[in-house]
Amino acid sequence: MTTNFATSPARVRALFERIQQNRYLGLIGLAVALLAPFVTATNYALSVMTSALLFVMLAVGLNIVVGYCGLLDLGYAAFFAIGAYVSGILATRYGWPLLATVPVVIVAAVVAGIVIGGPTLRLRSDYLAIVTLGFGEIIRITANNLTITGGPSGIYGIPGITLLSLDLSSPVGLYYTCVVVVALAVLGAARLGRSRLGRAWRFIREDEDAAEAMGINTYRVKLAAYIGGAIWGGLAGILFGAQLSAISPPSFTFLWSALILMAVVLGGMGSTPGVVLGAIVISVLPELLRQAADYRYFIFGILLIIVMIFRRQGLWPARAAERQSRRDMRKAKEHDLPKAKEVVP
Amino acid sequence: MTQLIWNGLFVGSFYALVALGYSMVYGIIRLLNFAHGDLYMLGAFTGFGVLSVAGGLVTGLGFVALLIVLVISMLVTGTAGLLLERIAYRPLRSAPRLSVLITAVGASFALEYGMRLVAGPNPEVYPVRLAGDSINLLGARITIQQASLILIAVLLMAGLQWLVMGTGTGRAMRAISQDPTAALYMGINVDAIIARTFFIGSALAGAAGVMAGGYYGKIDFLMGFIIGLKAFTAAVIGGIGNIKGAMLGGLALGLLESLGTAWIGGQWRDVFAFGFLIVFLTLRPTGILGERVTERV
Amino acid sequence: MSTQEPAPLLQVQDLHLDFGGVKAVDGLTLQVNEGDVLSIVGPNGAGKTSAFNCITGFYKPTGGSITLEGVDITGLRPSAIAARGTSRTFQNLRLFGELTVLDNVRAGMHLRLRQNALDALLHTPRFRRSEREATDEANRWLDFVGLRGDRGGLARNLPYGEQRRVEIARALARGPKLLLLDEPAAGLNYGEKNELLDLLHRISVLGIAIVLIEHDMDLVMQVSRRVVVLNFGREIADGTPEEVRRNPAVIEAYLGKDDADEATSEEMSHE
Repeated sequence: MTTNFATSPARVRALFERIQQNRYLGLIGLAVALLAPFVTATNYALSVMTSALLFVMLAVGLNIVVGYCGLLDLGYAAFFAIGAYVSGILATRYGWPLLATVPVVIVAAVVAGIVIGGPTLRLRSDYLAIVTLGFGEIIRITANNLTITGGPSGIYGIPGITLLSLDLSSPVGLYYTCVVVVALAVLGAARLGRSRLGRAWRFIREDEDAAEAMGINTYRVKLAAYIGGAIWGGLAGILFGAQLSAISPPSFTFLWSALILMAVVLGGMGSTPGVVLGAIVISVLPELLRQAADYRYFIFGILLIIVMIFRRQGLWPARAAERQSRRDMRKAKEHDLPKAKEVVP
Repeated sequence: MTQLIWNGLFVGSFYALVALGYSMVYGIIRLLNFAHGDLYMLGAFTGFGVLSVAGGLVTGLGFVALLIVLVISMLVTGTAGLLLERIAYRPLRSAPRLSVLITAVGASFALEYGMRLVAGPNPEVYPVRLAGDSINLLGARITIQQASLILIAVLLMAGLQWLVMGTGTGRAMRAISQDPTAALYMGINVDAIIARTFFIGSALAGAAGVMAGGYYGKIDFLMGFIIGLKAFTAAVIGGIGNIKGAMLGGLALGLLESLGTAWIGGQWRDVFAFGFLIVFLTLRPTGILGERVTERV
Repeated sequence: MSTQEPAPLLQVQDLHLDFGGVKAVDGLTLQVNEGDVLSIVGPNGAGKTSAFNCITGFYKPTGGSITLEGVDITGLRPSAIAARGTSRTFQNLRLFGELTVLDNVRAGMHLRLRQNALDALLHTPRFRRSEREATDEANRWLDFVGLRGDRGGLARNLPYGEQRRVEIARALARGPKLLLLDEPAAGLNYGEKNELLDLLHRISVLGIAIVLIEHDMDLVMQVSRRVVVLNFGREIADGTPEEVRRNPAVIEAYLGKDDADEATSEEMSHE
């Protein structure tokens, strides 16, 4: 934080905005992630950092649904579970390499997204919140009851990731695999957010009727957001299985969904750097404050209320204004109006 | 079979009591109060606390004691609901719906883990159990206390029905749910009525909590989570915002669960209930008694 | 080439809309041709906005049919109707307040941008081109409506009159054949109204048919080629501004029965 500089609040804010708009921010973040093991590389540190990365991926995925599109998903851990279980079952029972399970996980996540999102996204958007809550429970209880998922004891002996002949199953190998995958996931989500689809998500978040009046099929676009979130969650699930080598139903409770949501809300809904930061804070903070473990969820709950009342945009808000390039300014001066025939599709 | 129906009605009446508050709050300010189930939990723990403190004094009195405990718990949870609305929801009344929903999740979390701090993570055994003499009614065994609890639930619901349909407060509630701005112009104290709605809804949830404590015999800090979901399901089945619908939906869900689990096995009970919610939302989102709502542009 | 007369741009036939017993629209029939500038006027509660909402798909009519260029669009979802070449504004301004002005206008172009999710993920040349074109066209529409103010800033930070312009620019960016404006002059000052009048003329020159709901009679009389008067959900007059002004039924609807008698007798004595 910048409070230790003796500067006026306005200058601090200007500096902060400069940092916020820095286009190399993503690269700096990547560099930090790549160099971190050179500072400390104990197994414990690597496992904390790997978990943080997975959390970042989950938060970025949930941000597509909650931050961009404004839909509250309270069962996000379900997709995480689907990814972990599908890849875990294929790997342990059928001997697939983890990498080969990726397409199957994506298909499973998409199908689950359509099954849950399909009916509920036609309804008032707050129904989605509670249906996803129920869905999260359904998935967890189902995993607990079936034999193929190993029942309450879950699945163990999930192999590490191997790429051709390269074994990435050591803690360091896994960490760097996660860095690459999560960096791509963050970049991908951010790019989607700045595209035609991403804009449509924001239009829906702002005013569904107005979006619909502009020809945007809000149902399909919402479903796309929901499915997008599902894919990100499912892929994170594969990495989770690879990291722990064992998964069981208690790993996918509502608590997880709530913590991911907290990362998104705390960081700043719709803001990629905010959400990444939020995820790191939420996942690493408990490691630093072990003695306060009993209080932490209580504090998280209070924090959610406080953030919503006093700083809805989160710690690191999404960039609001759009800087116009010089080319646009120049173009804007040429008054060549589109002709009616040209603009009709 | 009759035993299954009785059990279903029994559990259903808890669902109905919790669903009522859910539905009332939703009806009046269109808020899904995720913390509502946790008020049920709070009610159960308040009852537990009172019974433990009063200890031997009440165990002898049995059922009457439970009634007194019930009233105290209702007052406590009602007040908690009131505070919740005042602190967490009122500042956000004009905020986007998403913010309010997130606040509700935060409130739920704070209540659950706040209670965990106070009472510890392990389940507590309720000091009063509704065992005792059972009578045979239409081939099912139920105890007199159990029957009385159903009676209390019915009385509470009847009281609520009277309150909403027969008093000025009820009229004001209905006016606000129709059009809050117009209600304000008509001189209705909207804040006060919303606060009252929270009080009543939370008190009913608290009552259900005490009753459930007595019925199941065990309580824990996460017990409100599932019941909140079930109550919402019940409210949706009946048509959310509709009081009679919430009662009907609660009983219907209790019966469905009771019969359904007999058929597919107890470990699938919750899956069955939530699956039913999803199917119901798909086929008839307005519920049994719900009217078609055209959202105004 | 078919010899039969082309279908009208918009044909509303015997439209009904009931709200639990209240007949908001009660047998409305209306035709809009290419190049029309049609005003719908009528007392408050006459069913003007309800009719708009039926035409644009926000309400499902309880009876009757709506066709666009001969194709039945009754009961389609709003986006499907918009995709067939209509566009609208809202009575009380529905901008995406937390988004930039440019993004608001880009919303109108959603259906025309040629890029998919994969293009966006890989930043293909097609994606870059399509984004560039979107920005250019958004800027051109903002020029067209004469927006003053920061285009990269949030829409909610603009003054009210400018927000109205952005909403029209957004609707135009949809590329409509038929533009429906719900009280575009509401809340505008005198100067802004004149600019709106000019803007409506220029939109009409682009070959876009305009239907507007408006209370400002000066504006209606100056801009419209045809005026339709609604009362109690049905049409009571249809004609040129001048014809409608003289129509006794219209005068009655606006002034009440007694005044209307006086007014018409006055008219007659002039003749």
